[in-house]
Amino acid sequence: MSVPGGRHLTVCVVHPDLLGTYGDGGNGVILARRAAWRGIDVDLVQAPSDRPLPDADIYTIGGGEDGPQVRAATTLIEEGTLARRAAEGAVVLGVCAGFQLIGRTFPDASGRLQEGLGLLDLTTRKGTGTRAVGELVATPAADAPRSAWGDPLPRLTGFENHGGISTVGPGARPLATVVHGIGNGGGDGTEGAWSGRVLGTYLHGPVLARNTALADLLLGWALAPAGSPEGSVGELVSLDDHEELALRTERLEAVDTPTPSGWRSVWERVRARA
Amino acid sequence: MTVRPTTHPRAGATGVRATAAVAAVSAVNGLSRVLGRGSGTVAGGRAGLALDPGLLATLASGRRVALVSGTNGKTTTTRLLATAVAGTGAGSVVSNDTGANMPAGHVAALAGDPDATVAVLEVDEGYLGRLITDTRPEVVVLLNLSRDQLDRIAEVRMLVDRWRSALAGLAAPGPGTAGTVVVANADDPMVAWAAATAPEVRWVGAGQVWHDDAVGCPSCGGRITHPDDGVWACSQCSFARPEVVADVVGDELVLADGSRHRIDIALPGQFNRANAGMVAVAALPLLEAAGVRAADGGPPGVDLVLDRLRQVTEVAGRFAIVEHHGRPVRLLLAKNPAGWTAIFDLLDETPTSEAPIVLSVNARIADGLDTSWLWDVPFERLAGRTVVATGDRRLDLGVRLRYAEVAHAVVDGPLDALGRAVTSDATGSTVEFLGNYTAFADLRRLL
Repeated sequence: MSVPGGRHLTVCVVHPDLLGTYGDGGNGVILARRAAWRGIDVDLVQAPSDRPLPDADIYTIGGGEDGPQVRAATTLIEEGTLARRAAEGAVVLGVCAGFQLIGRTFPDASGRLQEGLGLLDLTTRKGTGTRAVGELVATPAADAPRSAWGDPLPRLTGFENHGGISTVGPGARPLATVVHGIGNGGGDGTEGAWSGRVLGTYLHGPVLARNTALADLLLGWALAPAGSPEGSVGELVSLDDHEELALRTERLEAVDTPTPSGWRSVWERVRARA
Repeated sequence: MTVRPTTHPRAGATGVRATAAVAAVSAVNGLSRVLGRGSGTVAGGRAGLALDPGLLATLASGRRVALVSGTNGKTTTTRLLATAVAGTGAGSVVSNDTGANMPAGHVAALAGDPDATVAVLEVDEGYLGRLITDTRPEVVVLLNLSRDQLDRIAEVRMLVDRWRSALAGLAAPGPGTAGTVVVANADDPMVAWAAATAPEVRWVGAGQVWHDDAVGCPSCGGRITHPDDGVWACSQCSFARPEVVADVVGDELVLADGSRHRIDIALPGQFNRANAGMVAVAALPLLEAAGVRAADGGPPGVDLVLDRLRQVTEVAGRFAIVEHHGRPVRLLLAKNPAGWTAIFDLLDETPTSEAPIVLSVNARIADGLDTSWLWDVPFERLAGRTVVATGDRRLDLGVRLRYAEVAHAVVDGPLDALGRAVTSDATGSTVEFLGNYTAFADLRRLL
């Protein structure tokens, strides 16, 4: 039940001015509130792209448009704080464009490959077909990190909206296996990637709103006592997540069995196309 | 009342196909209404366009057309502009006032009123180029561009590029040609970048509550700074807020000559005063070209227009006040973070700062399927009110409100949600109802 005495956490939302297009700033809010509700002293910092990135315990990087994505990657590489803090053990969550840019390479609007931060062994290329848009459900891989309570992470649910195809290299591991949707899109059925305390996914929603177990895993990593081995988690009390659980259940059911509103949505799609 | 040249394409010998297509529009609309499938505007328009892909151009030809586009405020601004022109002697006006703002909706509206000489059309952002080509507008009003339904509509920058090429093809007004006057919001850098290619632009400082989609410079990729005085500029290139012909300052429209004109309209909110300011500038070329004179016999001025806008008290139910279980309920619609933020500004203007509020969110095709945008809305500002979440995606709203630390109830069904708001609130004040697109329509159907 104990929280490391006097522990202070800084959660940093990276470049919301460039990578704030898809509501992923919510991940920072969720982490900060879940820490504060547990009595942890926490700062939530919005770090715009024209200022140096502050030192933080957790960085969240969101989705954005192609041009701003390149600009964010260039700035973060030149500036250096994120790579340094990741090497020092800070937790990094990258979503969509933010997922791609913590990999080795990602495509710009023209499809030309740009240099990423290389925090994950991941390469992304431009897809040839239509964008992957819709609900995404994925089962965490057998070797994925376990939850802050030591059990396997439950299914991941979110909304994907991207045109990139990502390939996980040998230096990282896929986070999950797609049950519904596209995910990484390389034909291997994987979704997301992780390595150490760096984790990336295509899930919006934001991802931590629908997957509180993942939020608590990131908090647990950040609260692990200094010097403890990679993968260990600090202790967390559980929270009353009945609203999040209701949302999760509803979203997972909407994909499992088309509900009346699901069918209405299909009908609307047909009409919209007519 | 209008005399048309006999070669008019709508009546001429070349129009057999168009005539058949117009007949199809009417037939499908009639059938659609009988079958109870809505007002039938879109279904009929689709049938007409299927028979004659050139139907929109045919129907628009010979009319004086004004187009209104942008992410937020289209429907209201279209209504205001139509109201400003109608009844002034500038001609009879047709408008797609049901909010059907894609070509099928335009076809249906125009086919439904063949005698109107002026068409004021609301245009979905993605169709502006097509409408410019097909309707050869005399006026194009560009309000703002921000994130909206990203699963369905292009990201903001893709839209800006498309607007830019469409507007570059316009002709300036001049001897022998009506040309096109673009009236654009100078406070939105994305609109400014798009409209800069047009040959004749009248810039209006209409304000912009939402800067988050306009930080990266569309010209050089540098950073745009938004100082408190509103005169934004890129820190790396020469792209900056253009010189305006008029500025909306509070409840006044300040013209470049320094004259100040009261914006005293019935619609609430700063964003509606901004829409009215845009309309005051946009209506003038239409009135002038029709020979409308001011009361003193001089050319029409903004006061003449602003005065006419007072008669608009609601727009397709938006801003209307209805009664439910003996309590007044104000109906508000907003579809995206910029729109919701503007509505929260409006709520802060009203004297009853503790008025209960019902929030209703759906995520159907017309709304966008992704609810992530809720996390861009500053719900923290609702703390202290009675808040009830409803709509198809009330659970998403509930979770968002939890993290905003706003106490709330989650209730299935908008009428039950209104009931809950009324019973749990002791202030007796007007209940605010804020819904996104189909959530708003759902409530209006039920009331």
